Amino acid sequence: MADTKAPVERPLSPHLQVYRLTLTMVMSIVHRITGAALYFGTLLLAWWLVAASYGPPAYADVEWFMGSIVGRLILFGYTWALIHHMLGGLRYLIWDTGHGFGPSEREWLVRANLIGSIGLTIILWVLGYLALGGPR
Amino acid sequence: MGIGRMSAPLARVRGLGAAKAGTDAFWRQRLTAVANIPLTIGFVLILVSLLGRSYPAVKQILGSPLVAIVMLGFFVSITWHMRLGMQVIIEDYIHNERIKIALIMANTFFAFAVALACAFAILKLSFGV
Repeated sequence: MADTKAPVERPLSPHLQVYRLTLTMVMSIVHRITGAALYFGTLLLAWWLVAASYGPPAYADVEWFMGSIVGRLILFGYTWALIHHMLGGLRYLIWDTGHGFGPSEREWLVRANLIGSIGLTIILWVLGYLALGGPR
Repeated sequence: MGIGRMSAPLARVRGLGAAKAGTDAFWRQRLTAVANIPLTIGFVLILVSLLGRSYPAVKQILGSPLVAIVMLGFFVSITWHMRLGMQVIIEDYIHNERIKIALIMANTFFAFAVALACAFAILKLSFGV
């Protein structure tokens, strides 16, 4: 035993790949991704407001872009990211109090987060289109 | 029983730590998160009320005091919150010290620029010219 030259097989600390992917893990990174998306999305909001303060021609450019298919897709994604990040934030605030960590509770919370964000986004857009009287 | 030599190490480092800022960032992240909830709901309601409206109507609504106040609060709170959030992301993934410091500075400049642009636009819509 003493004259063995083979390198010692030292244990490595486990990283992400050794864990079975769970919904709570996915929702954790989705929270971060939606946060980063909202971060850059504020440029659109700033553009919109600054254009509104400039006057009708600048504002018409924003309206044209937001009305295009690409613009609508970005706005739809932004709406979902905003609602998802907000509901996710509520989940983290609940967890900050030390509650909601049980196996069934945490699963319920992440599912409510996901279903709630998708549901609210669709409801908001349906109401928006109803208010506009259909796509323009 | 003063703070001097009798104090435990915890008392000396509390509010400091490696970043010399203690739990300040953590706390402000939560504070702005809580503020973001009503402000975001208000912002979304304002956006919905603007749907399909002409430029003069949009200008009038955005410039009315209550709407402008909610919008200003919304932008102050979200830009503060997003600056803290992005700083955590940078600190988690960027391990080169120089790049990290540069990105953290750029992050602050970005958040401040967005807040300034939005605030100025809202104030201009409110006060005219």
